[in-house]
Amino acid sequence: MTAITATAARARLRTATNLRQWVGLLYVLPAVALVTVFFVIPLGMTAWMSLHNWPLMGEHSFVGLDNYVAILRDTRFWNALKFTFYYTMIVTIAIFAVAFPLAIFIEKPRPLTNLYRTAFFMPAVVGFASASLLWSWLLNVDSGLFSPAAYDLGLTEKKVNLLATFQPAFWSIIAMVVWKVAGFTMIILMTGLQSIPQDLQEAAVIDGAGPFARFRAITLPLMRRTLALALILSVAGSILAFDQFYIILRGGPRNQTLTAVYWIFNQSFVSFKLGYGAALSMVLLVILVALSLVQLWLLRKPEGLD
Amino acid sequence: MAEAMSKNRKAAFSLARHSTGIIASVLFLAPIVWTVLSTFKPAQEARQPPLPPWPTTGFSIENYETLNSFGDGLWVSAQNSIYVSVMTVLLSVLVSVLAGYGFSRFRFPFRDFFFVLILSTIMIPFQSILTPIFLVLTRLGLHNTLTGLVCVYVTLQLPFSIFMMRNAFDAVPREIEEAARMDGANNVTMLVKVMLPLVWPGVVTIALFAFLGAWNEFLAALVLMTDQSKFTLPVMMTALQSGRFGAIDWGAVQAGVTVMMVPCLILFLALQRFYIRGLMAGAVK
Repeated sequence: MTAITATAARARLRTATNLRQWVGLLYVLPAVALVTVFFVIPLGMTAWMSLHNWPLMGEHSFVGLDNYVAILRDTRFWNALKFTFYYTMIVTIAIFAVAFPLAIFIEKPRPLTNLYRTAFFMPAVVGFASASLLWSWLLNVDSGLFSPAAYDLGLTEKKVNLLATFQPAFWSIIAMVVWKVAGFTMIILMTGLQSIPQDLQEAAVIDGAGPFARFRAITLPLMRRTLALALILSVAGSILAFDQFYIILRGGPRNQTLTAVYWIFNQSFVSFKLGYGAALSMVLLVILVALSLVQLWLLRKPEGLD
Repeated sequence: MAEAMSKNRKAAFSLARHSTGIIASVLFLAPIVWTVLSTFKPAQEARQPPLPPWPTTGFSIENYETLNSFGDGLWVSAQNSIYVSVMTVLLSVLVSVLAGYGFSRFRFPFRDFFFVLILSTIMIPFQSILTPIFLVLTRLGLHNTLTGLVCVYVTLQLPFSIFMMRNAFDAVPREIEEAARMDGANNVTMLVKVMLPLVWPGVVTIALFAFLGAWNEFLAALVLMTDQSKFTLPVMMTALQSGRFGAIDWGAVQAGVTVMMVPCLILFLALQRFYIRGLMAGAVK
Protein backbone atom coordinates (compact mmCIF):
# COMPACT_ATOMS: atom_id res chain seq x y z
CA MET A 1 0.00 0.00 0.00
CA THR A 2 2.62 2.47 1.04
CA ALA A 3 4.74 1.29 -1.87
CA ILE A 4 1.94 2.02 -4.33
CA THR A 5 1.34 5.48 -2.93
CA ALA A 6 5.03 6.20 -3.08
CA THR A 7 5.24 5.13 -6.74
CA ALA A 8 2.17 7.18 -7.61
CA ALA A 9 3.58 10.16 -5.79
CA ARG A 10 6.87 9.78 -7.56
CA ALA A 11 5.10 9.53 -10.92
CA ARG A 12 3.08 12.62 -10.11
CA LEU A 13 6.26 14.38 -9.10
CA ARG A 14 7.93 13.37 -12.34
CA THR A 15 4.99 14.65 -14.38
CA ALA A 16 5.08 17.89 -12.42
CA THR A 17 8.82 18.18 -12.99
CA ASN A 18 8.39 17.46 -16.67
CA LEU A 19 5.69 20.08 -16.94
CA ARG A 20 7.89 22.53 -15.11
CA GLN A 21 10.67 21.79 -17.60
CA TRP A 22 8.29 22.48 -20.50
CA VAL A 23 7.94 26.04 -19.24
CA GLY A 24 11.46 26.53 -20.60
CA LEU A 25 10.00 26.34 -24.08
CA LEU A 26 7.96 29.46 -23.35
CA TYR A 27 11.11 31.33 -22.36
CA VAL A 28 12.95 30.55 -25.59
CA LEU A 29 9.87 30.94 -27.80
CA PRO A 30 10.31 34.65 -28.69
CA ALA A 31 13.90 34.04 -29.73
CA VAL A 32 13.03 30.98 -31.79
CA ALA A 33 10.13 32.84 -33.43
CA LEU A 34 12.33 35.79 -34.41
CA VAL A 35 15.06 33.56 -35.79
CA THR A 36 12.50 31.53 -37.72
CA VAL A 37 10.69 34.49 -39.27
CA PHE A 38 13.69 36.72 -39.97
CA PHE A 39 16.37 34.14 -40.63
CA VAL A 40 15.29 30.57 -41.35
CA ILE A 41 12.39 31.46 -43.65
CA PRO A 42 14.40 34.09 -45.57
CA LEU A 43 17.18 31.54 -45.93
CA GLY A 44 14.81 28.99 -47.43
CA MET A 45 13.32 31.71 -49.63
CA THR A 46 16.78 32.61 -50.96
CA ALA A 47 17.26 29.02 -52.11
CA TRP A 48 13.73 28.96 -53.58
CA MET A 49 14.03 32.34 -55.30
CA SER A 50 17.38 31.39 -56.83
CA LEU A 51 15.46 28.90 -59.00
CA HIS A 52 13.11 31.59 -60.31
CA ASN A 53 13.01 34.54 -62.60
CA TRP A 54 11.75 36.98 -59.98
CA PRO A 55 11.22 40.63 -60.93
CA LEU A 56 10.18 43.18 -58.30
CA MET A 57 6.78 43.66 -59.96
CA GLY A 58 4.74 41.04 -61.78
CA GLU A 59 4.74 37.25 -61.75
CA HIS A 60 7.77 35.14 -61.06
CA SER A 61 8.40 31.97 -63.00
CA PHE A 62 10.35 28.80 -62.31
CA VAL A 63 13.52 28.58 -64.38
CA GLY A 64 15.37 25.71 -62.72
CA LEU A 65 19.11 26.18 -62.64
CA ASP A 66 19.15 28.91 -65.30
CA ASN A 67 20.30 31.56 -62.83
CA TYR A 68 23.24 29.42 -61.82
CA VAL A 69 24.17 28.79 -65.44
CA ALA A 70 24.00 32.56 -65.98
CA ILE A 71 26.38 33.08 -63.06
CA LEU A 72 28.98 30.91 -64.80
CA ARG A 73 28.96 33.36 -67.70
CA ASP A 74 28.76 36.48 -65.54
CA THR A 75 32.35 37.71 -65.89
CA ARG A 76 31.56 40.86 -63.94
CA PHE A 77 30.54 38.76 -60.94
CA TRP A 78 33.72 36.69 -61.16
CA ASN A 79 35.74 39.88 -61.40
CA ALA A 80 33.97 41.18 -58.31
CA LEU A 81 34.70 37.91 -56.52
CA LYS A 82 38.31 38.03 -57.63
CA PHE A 83 38.66 41.58 -56.40
CA THR A 84 36.99 40.63 -53.10
CA PHE A 85 39.51 37.85 -52.50
CA TYR A 86 42.40 40.10 -53.49
CA TYR A 87 41.18 42.79 -51.10
CA THR A 88 40.63 40.20 -48.33
CA MET A 89 44.17 38.88 -48.66
CA ILE A 90 45.86 42.28 -48.70
CA VAL A 91 43.76 43.83 -45.94
CA THR A 92 44.16 40.81 -43.65
CA ILE A 93 47.94 40.88 -44.01
CA ALA A 94 47.95 44.63 -43.39
CA ILE A 95 45.72 44.35 -40.31
CA PHE A 96 47.90 41.63 -38.78
CA ALA A 97 51.10 43.52 -39.59
CA VAL A 98 49.79 46.43 -37.52
CA ALA A 99 47.77 44.59 -34.86
CA PHE A 100 50.35 42.00 -33.82
CA PRO A 101 53.08 44.50 -32.82
CA LEU A 102 50.41 46.58 -31.05
CA ALA A 103 49.21 43.49 -29.15
CA ILE A 104 52.77 42.75 -28.00
CA PHE A 105 53.15 46.42 -27.09
CA ILE A 106 50.12 46.48 -24.78
CA GLU A 107 50.28 42.90 -23.52
CA LYS A 108 52.11 43.51 -20.22
CA PRO A 109 50.69 45.91 -17.63
CA ARG A 110 53.11 48.84 -17.52
CA PRO A 111 52.53 52.55 -16.82
CA LEU A 112 50.04 54.14 -19.28
CA THR A 113 49.40 50.84 -21.11
CA ASN A 114 45.66 51.10 -20.51
CA LEU A 115 45.63 54.59 -21.96
CA TYR A 116 47.47 53.48 -25.12
CA ARG A 117 45.20 50.46 -25.49
CA THR A 118 42.10 52.66 -25.30
CA ALA A 119 43.55 55.08 -27.85
CA PHE A 120 44.36 52.29 -30.34
CA PHE A 121 40.92 50.82 -29.90
CA MET A 122 38.84 53.99 -30.33
CA PRO A 123 38.37 53.75 -34.13
CA ALA A 124 37.04 50.20 -33.69
CA VAL A 125 33.84 51.40 -31.99
CA VAL A 126 33.13 53.90 -34.76
CA GLY A 127 30.85 52.35 -37.39
CA PHE A 128 32.13 51.38 -40.82
CA ALA A 129 29.74 53.88 -42.41
CA SER A 130 30.93 56.75 -40.16
CA ALA A 131 34.56 55.83 -40.77
CA SER A 132 33.95 55.69 -44.52
CA LEU A 133 32.22 59.08 -44.56
CA LEU A 134 35.04 60.53 -42.48
CA TRP A 135 37.73 59.19 -44.82
CA SER A 136 35.82 60.15 -47.95
CA TRP A 137 36.26 63.70 -46.71
CA LEU A 138 39.94 63.27 -45.77
CA LEU A 139 40.57 61.72 -49.21
CA ASN A 140 38.70 64.41 -51.14
CA VAL A 141 40.93 66.21 -53.60
CA ASP A 142 39.71 69.76 -52.94
CA SER A 143 38.37 69.89 -49.39
CA GLY A 144 40.17 66.91 -47.87
CA LEU A 145 43.39 66.55 -45.98
CA PHE A 146 45.85 64.25 -47.75
CA SER A 147 46.28 65.68 -51.24
CA PRO A 148 46.18 69.36 -50.15
CA ALA A 149 48.68 68.59 -47.37
CA ALA A 150 51.00 66.73 -49.76
CA TYR A 151 50.73 69.66 -52.19
CA ASP A 152 51.42 72.26 -49.49
CA LEU A 153 54.46 70.32 -48.31
CA GLY A 154 55.75 70.26 -51.87
CA LEU A 155 55.55 66.47 -52.15
CA THR A 156 53.38 66.64 -55.27
CA GLU A 157 53.39 69.22 -58.04
CA LYS A 158 49.62 69.53 -58.09
CA LYS A 159 46.78 68.23 -55.99
CA VAL A 160 46.45 64.51 -56.78
CA ASN A 161 42.97 62.99 -56.77
CA LEU A 162 43.62 59.82 -54.76
CA LEU A 163 40.29 58.31 -55.72
CA ALA A 164 40.63 58.69 -59.49
CA THR A 165 42.84 55.69 -60.25
CA PHE A 166 42.83 52.17 -58.92
CA GLN A 167 46.10 51.88 -57.01
CA PRO A 168 45.88 54.99 -54.78
CA ALA A 169 42.14 54.43 -54.28
CA PHE A 170 42.64 50.80 -53.27
CA TRP A 171 45.48 51.55 -50.85
CA SER A 172 43.50 54.43 -49.35
CA ILE A 173 40.73 51.97 -48.50
CA ILE A 174 43.30 49.57 -47.03
CA ALA A 175 44.69 52.38 -44.85
CA MET A 176 41.20 53.31 -43.68
CA VAL A 177 40.23 49.72 -42.83
CA VAL A 178 43.50 49.07 -40.98
CA TRP A 179 42.97 52.27 -39.01
CA LYS A 180 39.46 51.17 -38.08
CA VAL A 181 39.99 47.42 -37.46
CA ALA A 182 43.56 47.03 -36.11
CA GLY A 183 42.54 47.88 -32.53
CA PHE A 184 39.89 45.17 -32.57
CA THR A 185 42.28 42.50 -33.84
CA MET A 186 44.87 43.74 -31.35
CA ILE A 187 42.57 43.02 -28.38
CA ILE A 188 41.85 39.50 -29.61
CA LEU A 189 45.55 38.78 -30.14
CA MET A 190 46.29 40.26 -26.71
CA THR A 191 44.01 37.74 -25.00
CA GLY A 192 45.98 34.99 -26.74
CA LEU A 193 49.34 36.43 -25.68
CA GLN A 194 48.19 36.80 -22.09
CA SER A 195 47.08 33.18 -21.93
CA ILE A 196 50.63 31.94 -22.52
CA PRO A 197 52.13 30.81 -19.18
CA GLN A 198 54.92 33.16 -18.12
CA ASP A 199 57.13 30.35 -16.74
CA LEU A 200 57.28 28.74 -20.17
CA GLN A 201 58.88 31.88 -21.60
CA GLU A 202 61.25 32.12 -18.64
CA ALA A 203 62.31 28.48 -18.98
CA ALA A 204 63.09 29.14 -22.65
CA VAL A 205 65.18 32.18 -21.71
CA ILE A 206 67.18 30.04 -19.27
CA ASP A 207 67.67 27.48 -22.04
CA GLY A 208 69.20 30.28 -24.08
CA ALA A 209 66.42 30.79 -26.64
CA GLY A 210 66.48 34.21 -28.30
CA PRO A 211 63.36 36.34 -28.74
CA PHE A 212 62.76 35.13 -32.29
CA ALA A 213 63.17 31.45 -31.35
CA ARG A 214 60.81 31.94 -28.40
CA PHE A 215 58.25 33.63 -30.64
CA ARG A 216 58.36 30.76 -33.12
CA ALA A 217 58.54 27.86 -30.68
CA ILE A 218 56.25 29.07 -27.90
CA THR A 219 54.16 32.10 -28.80
CA LEU A 220 52.90 31.03 -32.22
CA PRO A 221 51.94 27.39 -31.42
CA LEU A 222 50.23 28.33 -28.15
CA MET A 223 48.30 31.09 -29.88
CA ARG A 224 46.94 28.84 -32.61
CA ARG A 225 43.28 29.16 -31.60
CA THR A 226 43.47 32.92 -31.03
CA LEU A 227 45.28 33.45 -34.29
CA ALA A 228 42.73 31.34 -36.12
CA LEU A 229 39.87 33.30 -34.58
CA ALA A 230 41.38 36.68 -35.45
CA LEU A 231 42.17 35.43 -38.93
CA ILE A 232 38.68 34.09 -39.61
CA LEU A 233 37.00 37.22 -38.25
CA SER A 234 39.14 39.34 -40.53
CA VAL A 235 38.63 37.13 -43.58
CA ALA A 236 34.87 36.75 -43.13
CA GLY A 237 34.44 40.47 -42.49
CA SER A 238 36.49 41.38 -45.56
CA ILE A 239 34.68 39.00 -47.90
CA LEU A 240 31.45 40.74 -46.91
CA ALA A 241 32.91 44.23 -47.38
CA PHE A 242 30.46 46.77 -48.75
CA ASP A 243 30.17 50.05 -46.79
CA GLN A 244 33.61 51.48 -47.54
CA PHE A 245 33.52 50.65 -51.27
CA TYR A 246 29.99 51.99 -51.64
CA ILE A 247 30.51 55.17 -49.64
CA ILE A 248 34.06 56.16 -50.59
CA LEU A 249 34.44 54.80 -54.13
CA ARG A 250 30.92 53.94 -55.38
CA GLY A 251 32.60 50.85 -56.85
CA GLY A 252 34.89 52.99 -58.97
CA PRO A 253 37.18 53.94 -60.52
CA ARG A 254 35.68 52.23 -63.59
CA ASN A 255 33.84 49.58 -61.51
CA GLN A 256 37.18 48.10 -60.48
CA THR A 257 36.34 48.00 -56.78
CA LEU A 258 32.95 46.29 -56.92
CA THR A 259 32.93 43.62 -54.19
CA ALA A 260 30.79 40.47 -54.17
CA VAL A 261 28.19 41.95 -51.81
CA TYR A 262 28.19 45.17 -53.85
CA TRP A 263 27.46 43.20 -57.04
CA ILE A 264 24.64 41.30 -55.34
CA PHE A 265 23.27 44.61 -54.05
CA ASN A 266 23.38 46.05 -57.58
CA GLN A 267 21.65 43.04 -59.14
CA SER A 268 18.98 42.79 -56.43
CA PHE A 269 18.22 46.38 -55.49
CA VAL A 270 19.32 48.46 -58.46
CA SER A 271 18.42 46.15 -61.36
CA PHE A 272 15.73 44.36 -59.30
CA LYS A 273 16.68 40.91 -60.63
CA LEU A 274 15.70 39.32 -57.35
CA GLY A 275 15.97 35.71 -58.52
CA TYR A 276 19.40 36.22 -60.00
CA GLY A 277 20.50 38.13 -56.89
CA ALA A 278 19.33 35.18 -54.79
CA ALA A 279 21.41 32.76 -56.84
CA LEU A 280 24.47 35.00 -56.40
CA SER A 281 23.69 35.13 -52.67
CA MET A 282 23.70 31.33 -52.55
CA VAL A 283 27.22 31.31 -53.98
CA LEU A 284 28.36 33.82 -51.36
CA LEU A 285 26.61 31.84 -48.66
CA VAL A 286 28.35 28.60 -49.62
CA ILE A 287 31.73 30.36 -49.47
CA LEU A 288 31.02 31.76 -46.01
CA VAL A 289 29.67 28.49 -44.62
CA ALA A 290 32.74 26.66 -45.94
CA LEU A 291 34.83 29.27 -44.16
CA SER A 292 32.91 28.67 -40.93
CA LEU A 293 33.59 24.95 -41.18
CA VAL A 294 37.30 25.67 -41.60
CA GLN A 295 37.00 27.89 -38.55
CA LEU A 296 35.41 25.14 -36.44
CA TRP A 297 38.25 22.84 -37.47
CA LEU A 298 40.94 25.40 -36.68
CA LEU A 299 39.35 26.28 -33.36
CA ARG A 300 39.02 22.67 -32.20
CA LYS A 301 40.39 22.06 -28.74
CA PRO A 302 44.04 20.96 -28.83
CA GLU A 303 44.30 17.19 -28.53
CA GLY A 304 44.96 15.86 -25.07
CA LEU A 305 44.01 19.19 -23.54
CA ASP A 306 40.56 20.28 -22.69
CA MET B 1 78.64 51.24 -12.33
CA ALA B 2 76.67 48.26 -13.63
CA GLU B 3 73.68 49.59 -11.75
CA ALA B 4 73.94 52.97 -13.44
CA MET B 5 74.10 51.34 -16.84
CA SER B 6 71.04 49.21 -16.20
CA LYS B 7 69.26 52.34 -14.97
CA ASN B 8 70.19 54.12 -18.18
CA ARG B 9 68.99 51.21 -20.23
CA LYS B 10 65.73 51.17 -18.34
CA ALA B 11 65.23 54.87 -18.98
CA ALA B 12 66.04 54.43 -22.65
CA PHE B 13 63.59 51.55 -22.92
CA SER B 14 60.90 53.55 -21.19
CA LEU B 15 61.52 56.54 -23.47
CA ALA B 16 61.34 54.36 -26.59
CA ARG B 17 58.18 52.72 -25.33
CA HIS B 18 56.38 55.94 -24.57
CA SER B 19 57.41 57.64 -27.80
CA THR B 20 56.11 54.65 -29.76
CA GLY B 21 52.91 54.67 -27.71
CA ILE B 22 52.34 58.38 -28.17
CA ILE B 23 53.04 58.38 -31.91
CA ALA B 24 50.74 55.38 -32.48
CA SER B 25 48.02 56.92 -30.30
CA VAL B 26 48.20 60.16 -32.27
CA LEU B 27 47.88 58.23 -35.55
CA PHE B 28 44.77 56.38 -34.33
CA LEU B 29 43.11 59.40 -32.75
CA ALA B 30 44.04 62.04 -35.36
CA PRO B 31 41.23 61.39 -37.89
CA ILE B 32 38.61 61.55 -35.13
CA VAL B 33 40.03 64.68 -33.50
CA TRP B 34 40.62 66.32 -36.88
CA THR B 35 36.97 65.84 -37.83
CA VAL B 36 35.51 67.00 -34.53
CA LEU B 37 37.65 70.16 -34.51
CA SER B 38 36.83 70.97 -38.14
CA THR B 39 33.08 70.93 -37.50
CA PHE B 40 33.36 74.17 -35.54
CA LYS B 41 34.57 76.17 -38.53
CA PRO B 42 32.21 78.55 -40.31
CA ALA B 43 30.71 76.91 -43.44
CA GLN B 44 32.91 78.98 -45.74
CA GLU B 45 36.09 77.80 -44.04
CA ALA B 46 34.90 74.18 -43.79
CA ARG B 47 35.05 73.93 -47.58
CA GLN B 48 38.81 74.56 -47.51
CA PRO B 49 41.33 71.82 -46.69
CA PRO B 50 41.48 71.35 -42.90
CA LEU B 51 44.95 72.84 -42.42
CA PRO B 52 45.05 73.49 -39.52
CA PRO B 53 42.08 71.45 -38.27
CA TRP B 54 40.87 74.02 -35.75
CA PRO B 55 38.78 77.06 -36.80
CA THR B 56 40.92 80.06 -37.77
CA THR B 57 38.19 82.49 -38.78
CA GLY B 58 36.06 82.21 -35.68
CA PHE B 59 34.15 79.53 -33.81
CA SER B 60 30.78 78.56 -35.27
CA ILE B 61 28.13 75.82 -35.10
CA GLU B 62 26.85 76.68 -38.59
CA ASN B 63 27.73 73.19 -39.88
CA TYR B 64 25.41 71.60 -37.35
CA GLU B 65 22.65 74.05 -38.15
CA THR B 66 22.78 73.46 -41.90
CA LEU B 67 22.47 69.70 -41.38
CA ASN B 68 18.80 70.21 -40.73
CA SER B 69 18.25 71.85 -44.10
CA PHE B 70 18.90 68.71 -46.20
CA GLY B 71 15.86 66.67 -47.17
CA ASP B 72 13.80 65.87 -44.11
CA GLY B 73 16.59 67.15 -41.95
CA LEU B 74 19.21 65.47 -39.86
CA TRP B 75 17.13 65.68 -36.71
CA VAL B 76 14.56 63.28 -38.23
CA SER B 77 17.29 60.78 -39.10
CA ALA B 78 18.87 61.18 -35.67
CA GLN B 79 15.50 60.47 -34.07
CA ASN B 80 15.10 57.42 -36.29
CA SER B 81 18.55 56.17 -35.34
CA ILE B 82 17.90 56.75 -31.64
CA TYR B 83 14.53 54.99 -31.83
CA VAL B 84 15.92 52.01 -33.75
CA SER B 85 18.96 51.65 -31.48
CA VAL B 86 17.06 51.99 -28.20
CA MET B 87 14.33 49.58 -29.32
CA THR B 88 16.96 47.09 -30.52
CA VAL B 89 18.65 47.29 -27.12
CA LEU B 90 15.41 46.82 -25.16
CA LEU B 91 14.03 44.01 -27.32
CA SER B 92 17.25 42.08 -27.70
CA VAL B 93 17.89 42.27 -23.94
CA LEU B 94 14.35 41.10 -23.19
CA VAL B 95 14.41 38.24 -25.70
CA SER B 96 17.95 37.11 -24.82
CA VAL B 97 17.48 37.21 -21.07
CA LEU B 98 14.36 35.06 -21.39
CA ALA B 99 16.03 32.67 -23.83
CA GLY B 100 19.30 32.53 -21.87
CA TYR B 101 17.36 31.64 -18.74
CA GLY B 102 15.28 29.05 -20.59
CA PHE B 103 18.29 27.38 -22.19
CA SER B 104 20.26 27.41 -18.94
CA ARG B 105 17.67 26.21 -16.43
CA PHE B 106 15.12 24.00 -18.20
CA ARG B 107 15.34 20.69 -20.00
CA PHE B 108 12.61 20.61 -22.62
CA PRO B 109 12.31 18.72 -25.91
CA PHE B 110 14.41 20.13 -28.79
CA ARG B 111 16.34 22.36 -26.39
CA ASP B 112 19.72 21.62 -27.92
CA PHE B 113 18.30 21.79 -31.42
CA PHE B 114 16.91 25.30 -30.86
CA PHE B 115 20.13 26.45 -29.22
CA VAL B 116 22.30 25.21 -32.08
CA LEU B 117 19.81 26.65 -34.60
CA ILE B 118 20.08 30.12 -33.08
CA LEU B 119 23.87 30.00 -32.74
CA SER B 120 24.41 28.66 -36.24
CA THR B 121 22.77 31.72 -37.82
CA ILE B 122 26.07 33.48 -37.08
CA MET B 123 27.67 31.37 -39.83
CA ILE B 124 25.34 32.72 -42.48
CA PRO B 125 25.89 36.27 -43.70
CA PHE B 126 22.69 38.31 -43.44
CA GLN B 127 23.82 40.15 -46.58
CA SER B 128 22.82 37.06 -48.54
CA ILE B 129 19.21 36.95 -47.29
CA LEU B 130 18.31 40.64 -47.51
CA THR B 131 15.91 40.28 -50.45
CA PRO B 132 13.70 37.68 -48.74
CA ILE B 133 13.82 39.72 -45.52
CA PHE B 134 12.47 42.62 -47.57
CA LEU B 135 9.66 40.38 -48.89
CA VAL B 136 8.86 38.97 -45.43
CA LEU B 137 8.64 42.49 -43.98
CA THR B 138 6.31 43.48 -46.83
CA ARG B 139 4.11 40.47 -46.12
CA LEU B 140 3.96 41.38 -42.42
CA GLY B 141 3.06 44.99 -43.29
CA LEU B 142 6.35 46.13 -41.74
CA HIS B 143 8.04 47.16 -44.95
CA ASN B 144 9.67 50.58 -44.78
CA THR B 145 8.96 50.84 -41.04
CA LEU B 146 11.47 51.38 -38.27
CA THR B 147 9.81 48.53 -36.35
CA GLY B 148 10.67 46.17 -39.19
CA LEU B 149 14.29 47.31 -39.09
CA VAL B 150 14.33 46.75 -35.32
CA CYS B 151 13.08 43.17 -35.80
CA VAL B 152 15.93 42.47 -38.23
CA TYR B 153 18.56 44.03 -35.95
CA VAL B 154 17.31 42.12 -32.90
CA THR B 155 17.48 38.85 -34.84
CA LEU B 156 21.05 39.62 -35.89
CA GLN B 157 22.03 40.22 -32.26
CA LEU B 158 20.49 37.00 -30.92
CA PRO B 159 23.28 34.45 -31.50
CA PHE B 160 25.83 36.53 -29.61
CA SER B 161 23.53 37.78 -26.88
CA ILE B 162 21.80 34.46 -26.19
CA PHE B 163 25.18 32.75 -26.00
CA MET B 164 26.34 35.42 -23.53
CA MET B 165 23.20 35.22 -21.40
CA ARG B 166 23.11 31.43 -21.26
CA ASN B 167 26.70 31.41 -20.02
CA ALA B 168 25.86 34.12 -17.49
CA PHE B 169 22.94 32.09 -16.12
CA ASP B 170 25.02 28.90 -16.15
CA ALA B 171 27.52 30.62 -13.87
CA VAL B 172 24.86 31.27 -11.19
CA PRO B 173 24.89 28.44 -8.59
CA ARG B 174 21.67 26.43 -8.50
CA GLU B 175 21.56 26.60 -4.68
CA ILE B 176 20.57 30.25 -4.90
CA GLU B 177 17.51 29.36 -6.94
CA GLU B 178 16.56 26.46 -4.70
CA ALA B 179 16.72 28.70 -1.66
CA ALA B 180 14.51 31.27 -3.37
CA ARG B 181 12.07 28.56 -4.46
CA MET B 182 11.82 27.38 -0.83
CA ASP B 183 10.80 30.94 0.00
CA GLY B 184 7.95 30.55 -2.49
CA ALA B 185 9.30 32.54 -5.44
CA ASN B 186 7.72 31.57 -8.78
CA ASN B 187 9.60 31.48 -12.07
CA VAL B 188 9.08 35.10 -13.05
CA THR B 189 9.84 36.57 -9.62
CA MET B 190 12.87 34.35 -9.49
CA LEU B 191 14.15 35.63 -12.82
CA VAL B 192 13.55 39.31 -12.11
CA LYS B 193 14.31 39.54 -8.40
CA VAL B 194 16.92 36.85 -7.87
CA MET B 195 18.68 36.06 -11.14
CA LEU B 196 18.72 39.40 -12.95
CA PRO B 197 20.91 41.20 -10.39
CA LEU B 198 23.41 38.33 -10.65
CA VAL B 199 23.69 38.39 -14.46
CA TRP B 200 23.61 42.20 -14.68
CA PRO B 201 27.14 42.57 -16.17
CA GLY B 202 26.15 40.25 -19.02
CA VAL B 203 23.05 42.36 -19.67
CA VAL B 204 25.12 45.54 -19.91
CA THR B 205 27.48 43.83 -22.34
CA ILE B 206 24.75 42.64 -24.71
CA ALA B 207 22.97 46.00 -24.47
CA LEU B 208 26.17 47.79 -25.47
CA PHE B 209 26.78 45.50 -28.45
CA ALA B 210 23.14 45.80 -29.53
CA PHE B 211 23.33 49.59 -29.42
CA LEU B 212 26.57 49.82 -31.39
CA GLY B 213 25.33 47.24 -33.91
CA ALA B 214 22.04 49.03 -34.56
CA TRP B 215 23.48 52.55 -34.49
CA ASN B 216 26.21 51.74 -37.01
CA GLU B 217 24.47 49.27 -39.36
CA PHE B 218 24.33 50.51 -42.95
CA LEU B 219 23.47 47.94 -45.63
CA ALA B 220 20.17 46.63 -44.22
CA ALA B 221 19.01 50.17 -43.46
CA LEU B 222 19.98 51.26 -46.97
CA VAL B 223 18.01 48.42 -48.56
CA LEU B 224 14.98 48.26 -46.26
CA MET B 225 14.28 51.97 -45.66
CA THR B 226 13.14 53.45 -48.95
CA ASP B 227 11.38 56.53 -47.64
CA GLN B 228 13.59 59.48 -46.71
CA SER B 229 11.62 60.18 -43.55
CA LYS B 230 12.66 56.71 -42.35
CA PHE B 231 16.40 57.04 -43.06
CA THR B 232 18.79 56.33 -40.21
CA LEU B 233 21.88 58.53 -39.80
CA PRO B 234 24.31 56.43 -41.89
CA VAL B 235 21.86 56.26 -44.83
CA MET B 236 20.98 59.95 -44.57
CA MET B 237 24.61 61.04 -44.36
CA THR B 238 25.57 58.86 -47.32
CA ALA B 239 22.78 60.44 -49.36
CA LEU B 240 24.12 63.86 -48.40
CA GLN B 241 27.73 62.87 -49.16
CA SER B 242 26.77 61.47 -52.55
CA GLY B 243 25.48 64.86 -53.59
CA ARG B 244 21.81 63.92 -53.54
CA PHE B 245 20.95 67.32 -52.06
CA GLY B 246 23.09 69.36 -54.45
CA ALA B 247 26.75 70.30 -54.10
CA ILE B 248 28.43 68.35 -51.31
CA ASP B 249 28.70 70.40 -48.16
CA TRP B 250 31.78 68.90 -46.48
CA GLY B 251 31.21 70.94 -43.35
CA ALA B 252 27.84 69.24 -42.97
CA VAL B 253 29.42 65.83 -43.63
CA GLN B 254 31.95 66.41 -40.85
CA ALA B 255 29.22 67.52 -38.48
CA GLY B 256 27.08 64.49 -39.37
CA VAL B 257 30.00 62.10 -38.89
CA THR B 258 30.65 63.69 -35.51
CA VAL B 259 27.03 63.17 -34.49
CA MET B 260 27.35 59.52 -35.55
CA MET B 261 30.69 58.92 -33.79
CA VAL B 262 30.32 60.69 -30.47
CA PRO B 263 27.65 58.46 -28.86
CA CYS B 264 29.72 55.35 -29.70
CA LEU B 265 32.90 56.85 -28.27
CA ILE B 266 31.21 58.03 -25.07
CA LEU B 267 29.45 54.71 -24.51
CA PHE B 268 32.67 52.81 -25.11
CA LEU B 269 34.70 54.99 -22.74
CA ALA B 270 32.04 54.67 -20.05
CA LEU B 271 31.48 50.93 -20.44
CA GLN B 272 34.90 49.81 -21.70
CA ARG B 273 35.26 46.85 -19.37
CA PHE B 274 31.89 45.45 -20.44
CA TYR B 275 32.91 45.79 -24.07
CA ILE B 276 36.24 43.99 -23.56
CA ARG B 277 34.33 41.35 -21.57
CA GLY B 278 32.10 40.70 -24.56
CA LEU B 279 35.09 40.42 -26.87
CA MET B 280 36.79 37.99 -24.48
CA ALA B 281 33.67 35.85 -24.23
CA GLY B 282 33.62 35.66 -28.00
CA ALA B 283 37.35 34.97 -28.21
CA VAL B 284 37.61 32.38 -25.47
CA LYS B 285 34.54 30.28 -26.30
